[in-house]
Amino acid sequence: MDATIRFAVQDLYTDYVRCVDDTRYEEWPDFFTDECMYRIVSRENFDAGMQMSALALESKAMLKDRVYGMNETIYHAPYLQRHVVGIPKILGAENGAIRAQANYVVLRTKLDAFSEVFNTGRYIDTIATENGRMKFKERICVFDGELVPNSIVYPI
Amino acid sequence: MSETRPISFLRRWREPGSSRMPFWLYTDEEIYRREQERIFNGPHWSYVALTAEIPGTGDYKRSWIGERSVIVVRDEDGSINVVENRCAHRGAQFCQTHSGNRKDFVCPYHQWSYDLKGNLQGVPFLRGIKGKGGMPPDFKRENHGLTKLHVAVHNGVIFASFHPEVPDFEEFLGPTMLKYFERVFNGRELKVLGYNRQRVPGNWKLIHENLKDCYHPGLLHTWFVNYGLWRADNESANVMDAEHRHSAMVTKRNQGGKGEATSGIGSYRENMELNDGRFLDVEEEAWWDGPTAVIQSIFPSVIMQQQINSVAVRQVIPRGPRNFDYIWTHLGFADDSAEMNQRRLRQANLFGPAGFVSVDDSEIIGLVEEGMTQNLEAESLCELGGREIADTDTHISETLIRGMYEYYRKVMEI
Repeated sequence: MDATIRFAVQDLYTDYVRCVDDTRYEEWPDFFTDECMYRIVSRENFDAGMQMSALALESKAMLKDRVYGMNETIYHAPYLQRHVVGIPKILGAENGAIRAQANYVVLRTKLDAFSEVFNTGRYIDTIATENGRMKFKERICVFDGELVPNSIVYPI
Repeated sequence: MSETRPISFLRRWREPGSSRMPFWLYTDEEIYRREQERIFNGPHWSYVALTAEIPGTGDYKRSWIGERSVIVVRDEDGSINVVENRCAHRGAQFCQTHSGNRKDFVCPYHQWSYDLKGNLQGVPFLRGIKGKGGMPPDFKRENHGLTKLHVAVHNGVIFASFHPEVPDFEEFLGPTMLKYFERVFNGRELKVLGYNRQRVPGNWKLIHENLKDCYHPGLLHTWFVNYGLWRADNESANVMDAEHRHSAMVTKRNQGGKGEATSGIGSYRENMELNDGRFLDVEEEAWWDGPTAVIQSIFPSVIMQQQINSVAVRQVIPRGPRNFDYIWTHLGFADDSAEMNQRRLRQANLFGPAGFVSVDDSEIIGLVEEGMTQNLEAESLCELGGREIADTDTHISETLIRGMYEYYRKVMEI
């Protein structure tokens, strides 16, 4: 694998994490192509080939609706996230799309409480290049602990 | 209640009736123990599984009734058994997977084995070895099987009970609740689309209250207010069984938008428009028979949800007085078209632990539990629509909640 591609994928991952952890949620949809798939799904469902997710957004427009939801309409106690993402493994590149995976840990910090492990799992990604910029055509967040600690509001 | 006064820790239910609930009902260990005994282990049917989850011989699913783990299994003659997940020997909770297929159950500790009906089969070294040890001569395997529960299977939905005098399932639900139950579960083949599991930091009764509280959806949930899915000006019915323990909240969506039901309501967003309308690409289904949503609370273990094209069974598992697990089994039907299947998946984005709507509820329950813990003697106020308990055709009522606590108080003798 070309080193430039490898570094470009790593940049995409780190930029994504900076965007989400810095709570610049309005910019989050721009990491995706117009037609895309963003899923947060338990390993239980994923491994069994079941279609249900905790969240499944099928277009950049749906991601924008989610941003409006998390900022404006979904009632939730405030919290911050900190992602720790492993070095992505590039699995292959066909027809201009790169397939990559990486492990992640998301820590959650609520007011009046210690930071806690919130969600751990792996990203399963398909990356495309749009106007010279790498974007996620598909990002599937498969989380290990099937029991969600109450709720997931912000992007993983 | 608005005056300041010292906090006391007397556990008294000051008022008669069920329009004021003291907060220690939601926090107290002793109350919680009594609920396990009288409610979850009492003469009630608890939801455990769907037949679609265990279609073949030896298929099993691990489930829960209150705090007790049970195994739901289909045996060689096709019948469905529910047995306690606890070895009759030394008590090990031997089954540790959600589901699978077995010819028998073997406890890993001492290899005691049970058939699919829960009968004890094998006891290693039952008669000892080299003439030494072994069980006493009067030991009888038939006296040491797994605990076998009563089982009711109704149109593909499996309920079980530990109680020897549990009434017939149909009698337990009563005719009105049975009608709404059979509106969804009419015998057609179900298709499990997947699960969502969450631990909610609140007492288990709070989720039943939430789904008997027809007042809140049109206030808390922006999506319901804006798109008319559930709000004050919907055509509605809120009904109970004769004992008032179960309920169905029934509503018919309207066009949404600005109106009497949105005036002064902070959650209404006049300028909100979806970028992708497919979230709410609703197709009316013939079996709805009018209402666009029916939320049925079957006391004490489950909520049955149909809200537009999204259908789910939501199991309630208490985890101590201040937490419960909320397990969503998302459903479709075997004869759904590919488009309808897609619709059900898309609309599920409103529900579950990350749902546009349901997150509001599980987060609010956390706030309520926290607030209650501040002063256990204080009480919740539940008087919308009066202090009486009766079916109603308005959403501006808390009658269903009063109904549940009337029954609760009787069973708990408090």
